[in-house]
Amino acid sequence: MPYTPAELEEKLRTGLDATHVKIEDLSDGCGAKFSCLTVSSQFEGKALLQRHRLVNGILAEELKTIHAFSQKTLTPQQWESLKQESS
Amino acid sequence: MFRILQRFSPVKRRATTLICARYSTGSKEHIDGLVKEKNLVVFMKGTPDAPRCGFSNAVVQILNMHGVEKFDAHNVLEDEDLRQGVKDYSNWPTIPQVYMQGEFLGGCDIMIEMHKNGELIEELKKAGIRSALLDIPEEK
Repeated sequence: MPYTPAELEEKLRTGLDATHVKIEDLSDGCGAKFSCLTVSSQFEGKALLQRHRLVNGILAEELKTIHAFSQKTLTPQQWESLKQESS
Repeated sequence: MFRILQRFSPVKRRATTLICARYSTGSKEHIDGLVKEKNLVVFMKGTPDAPRCGFSNAVVQILNMHGVEKFDAHNVLEDEDLRQGVKDYSNWPTIPQVYMQGEFLGGCDIMIEMHKNGELIEELKKAGIRSALLDIPEEK
């Protein structure tokens, strides 16, 4: 059963109080290859490895079948400065 | 001959199963042995010379960029037990996985991020490796 970006986004939004989530399906629809941006205040004060582990924890069940998953994890503050840089 | 084989095969099969269960390459003990007291170990798809996945390739390229060409690499595509075992070992769902001095450092995203923000140079230093990037004069 392939996953859709929308259902993964919803899980992260509720599971991590994420203020912004963007998941892209890079698999042409087979549902096994995603890239993921999560913005959450729960990442504050946490090292990158711990942040990624939080996301992996929320999506533990899904990641058993998703074989390629790349992610970015930002605090709201980092996300704001990134948006300003790129605008 | 055939009958003799038949007669002995169940016993033999059970013995093989026991040995496999005991010495599984995916077991914690086995992976401990592969990563503990080793400076740098990479579990990847393919080999450093011929990676079979873009993420594994990226990790090898990053290490090479820092002048690190000597590290233990294990090809999980050749060993299904190890492929699953290493995921359980680190509680990390994907390959590649990089270990430094027995500690899980991260997968591809983390290596890329640490490469970009300079942390990788520091991590390598902890393992007694001087990054080759330090020897490149900064552009003025």
